[in-house]
Formats: sequence, C-alpha cells, structure tokens
Amino acid sequence: MINLTINGLNVSVEKGTTLLEAAHFLGFPVPTLCHMEGLSPYGACRLCVVEIGEGPRARLVSSCTYPAEEGLKVRTASERVVKARRMIIELLLASCPQSKVIQDLASAHGVMRQRFKQEYETCILCGLCVRMCEEQMMAKAIGFRGRGEKRSIGTPFDAVSGQCRQCGGCIYVCPACTLRCTYTEPEKAVCGACANLQPPCIEKDRFHDMMCYMDPCVACEIKKD
Amino acid sequence: MTKAAQPKETLGLCSNCIHLATCTLRGDGTQPILFCEEHECFTPDEIREIVEEHDLALGGIISILESIQSKYGYLPRKALEAVAKETGRSLVDLYGVATFFRAFSLEPRGRHLVSVCLGTACHVRGSPDVLRAVEAELGVKAGSTTQDMEFSLETVNCLGACALGPIVVVDGHYFSQVKPADVPGIVERVRAGLNVIDVKTDQRLFPLTLSCPRCNHSLMDSRVQVDGLPGIRVTMSFGDKHGWMCLSCLYGSRNIVSEYEIPEQTLVHFFCPHCHTELIGSVPCPECGSAMVSMIVRGGGVVQICSRHGCPGHLLDL
Repeated sequence: MINLTINGLNVSVEKGTTLLEAAHFLGFPVPTLCHMEGLSPYGACRLCVVEIGEGPRARLVSSCTYPAEEGLKVRTASERVVKARRMIIELLLASCPQSKVIQDLASAHGVMRQRFKQEYETCILCGLCVRMCEEQMMAKAIGFRGRGEKRSIGTPFDAVSGQCRQCGGCIYVCPACTLRCTYTEPEKAVCGACANLQPPCIEKDRFHDMMCYMDPCVACEIKKD
Repeated sequence: MTKAAQPKETLGLCSNCIHLATCTLRGDGTQPILFCEEHECFTPDEIREIVEEHDLALGGIISILESIQSKYGYLPRKALEAVAKETGRSLVDLYGVATFFRAFSLEPRGRHLVSVCLGTACHVRGSPDVLRAVEAELGVKAGSTTQDMEFSLETVNCLGACALGPIVVVDGHYFSQVKPADVPGIVERVRAGLNVIDVKTDQRLFPLTLSCPRCNHSLMDSRVQVDGLPGIRVTMSFGDKHGWMCLSCLYGSRNIVSEYEIPEQTLVHFFCPHCHTELIGSVPCPECGSAMVSMIVRGGGVVQICSRHGCPGHLLDL
C-alpha cells in the first residue's frame, strides 16, 4: 500500500492507483473530460490537473495519468490548480462552445466568458471514442489521423469501415457532439425528447447480439410506428 | 562510382505491373510511367514480400511503409489494406502512421520531389521568392504534382543547413543559396538527370596520383587523357589478350581507355609497365571476392580496385 496526502487528508491506496482515482476515493471532485472507467488513461483534456510537491518544487500534473507515490502531497483545488483549470475550460469553450458538457463545466467553475478567437469545432480530440472503439468494442474502426492542427478522428480514407458495427459507443462517450440514436433509419433523426426507460431496440432481433450504447429516443419510436 | 550518362532507368510501377501487356498508357515501352490509374499496379504478393522482409515488432510498421513508399512512390490505399491484412494490425493504426509523417504520401507523387525550404533562415534570405519562381516554372502550387507526373513540389520548414540557405532539394540533391533566377537552370538540370556527373565541378570526385608498389615508378601517363586528366597506365592481360590500359585517375570514376575491349565480369591481370610486376593486392575484393589490384597513392596510402571488370569493389587507405 502507498500512503499519500490529498488536500491534507492521509490516504492509503494500492500500487498503480492514479491520483484521480485516489482523489475520487476520498470524495474530492476533480473534473475530467477524457477519463472514463474501463478505458485506459489518456491525459488529453488536462482538466484533471492537480498540484503535487511543495514550495518551489510544486508542479501541475494530470491526475488521471499520474500514479500515486509514497509520501506525495497533492492539492486538488489550490489557487494555481483552479486558475489553470479555468484557463483550460476557457480554451475548450473557444473551440467547442456548443457542447452541453463543456457549458456545464464552465458554469460549475464560474467561467462566464472566454477571451480567445471563437471557433465552432465538433471535436476536442479527447480520444474517448477511439479508446471506446478499441478497448470496449474491440473494433478499432476509428482512430487519430494527421498531425498538429490537421489532426482529426475518423475512419481510414473517410470510408465506411468494415470493423464498425454501428454500436454508437463513440457517440455515447463523446463530450462534444450531440448525436442521438437513430435506430436503423438515420433520416428520422429528429427530437431531443428521449424519455424511454428502456432502449427501444432491445427486442429487435437484428441487434440482439450488439452492444448498443446509445440513449434510446422515444420520438424515433413513435415516428417509426 | 557511377558511369557517366546512365541510360534512363525504368523505375517503379510499370516495370513490374502485372498488366504490362495490356497497358495503353505505356505506349511504345520506352517511356516509364510511374503511376497509372488504369490498373492496380501491384500485387498482394509484392506486399507480402515487403512485409516478410521486416521485423513485425512494434517499430516495424514505419519501415514497411517506407519500403512501399520507395517502391511505388506513394502509399496506395490497396497496399495499406494489404499490409493491414498481412501484419494483423488494424488499418486505423496504419492510416494514423501514414498521415502523421510528412514523408508518407497517400497521393501519387511525381518522379522528382522538389522541396523548397521556408525555414526562418531561408525565409529571411528570400526563399518565398524562390518558391514563387519554382511554382511559376513548374506551373503548380506547393503541395501538388505536375500534370505529367514529373515534379512534386513541397515546402519544408528547415533542413538544418541554414548557412546554405535558401535551399532547394531535388531528389536528395541539395542546391544551396538559390536565387529566383537560378530556378529554371535547376529544373533543366533535373530534367536532364541528376545522376549525370559533372567531372569538373563534382566535389565527390578527386584525382589521385598513383605509382607502382614495387618499383615506385609513377603510373601517370599524360599522353592518354581519361576524364580530361592524365590516365593511369598499366599493362593488362586476360585470356590470350595482352596490352595497355589507362584508368581514370579520378577516385570514384570508373572510366577506362584500353587497347582491347574487355568483356564484363572478366578477371584481368594488371602489371606495372616499368618493372612488369603483377600489381596484386593483399585482400580479396569485398564485393565479389576476386583478387584486388594494389597501387601506391603519392602522399601516402594504398588504393585497391577489383580485378573483375565491371565490379565496383575498391578500397582506399590514405
């Protein structure tokens, strides 16, 4: 077991535990966009930034990728951390302002405006969908392409992938896009009124062996009938 | 090293295309066509061969893609799919690597790759004007290929030789301190073939003065000029022929003038024309294992060349 201190509280965790898991174990809220249980840590969004060490040696690290160390002193909400986190949220807002998840984050952290050139991207390159596709769906249909400002996520050659089973897992985990399940008929994709308690496609034979991650949509079902 | 004025090589796709017989683009068969859209110019077997040459550990992907790129000039989509099938890696990974590195191209590229440096040092020395001149000369914008598939133009951000800037690189040949007015000349030289060695200006060729290792007589003969310089006169014999021969004194040039024409791959015995000792070296040829011919370089050193006609094996100890 490894003993460390988070915000002045001592905690013992098993070897290999990340700072984010330890902080969540103690109940400290550490926001994150690119972390999800069951997927490998990636450290892309930097929202889970925490301060480790003391005095001039103190530095900011992403807690989702930093393993717990013996005697480590961690602060999850120091002035420096909060400042850095608010800046990251501002930058996210500048690239992806229409995302509900990012808007909620901004609101929770009191970020009321952003000072950068406004863009309307549809992706923050957090890599959640890529890891979902590879690690949970065992498909590897989508991945990162290109480099630098041309980096994007998609299938090779933008072609329909043979590996994709249209499970919707990538859309389910995406913090930036707002696509919904369209069942088998994409042209009926309207709504925003999902209130089904149970996925409508569960009884459908065609998808009985699929792992569908999409939220069900009642309007699609009504329109279908 | 290279004989002057090599015949144009038939490179790339259409020399090993499986549709060679029916190809309409190839015409009379003299003009090599690197990239055609008419046929898939590779077979899965070729890809399999390339994949089998490489170690399939984690780093192997890049070298496989490099081999394919050097063979076909670009990464055809079908080839990437074949590599994915052969290696068991997902196409996503391969596509990610292929799009990450600038060295890989998913589009067919021209026979010659022209890179204009736009790095800081080259920029302040006027490389944007050079780029405009190249664009005007070739008639294409940076990042694209000419219609006839001869030239691809790209910009690079630094080649690490800032003192020589502005730099233009064509097929690995560096042109330094290029002015916009030099550009037509460079393009013309590339069209003529960069492998043609200019004996007078090429720094890689330098003259040697040789003498016999036994009698120490100079072997230089100013009466017979090879490459415009005095030749190295020796006596040679092969089969029932016996006569004189003059080698080029330029280290790197393999031009010779001889009394009799020597068939390729013939083992030739070399003798000093003064003391008639056979000029035989101490070690076998590193290329083919034949006996070497040894001569003393004035100023200290030994040069050894392979006695098999046409073999490039040589050693130089200064």
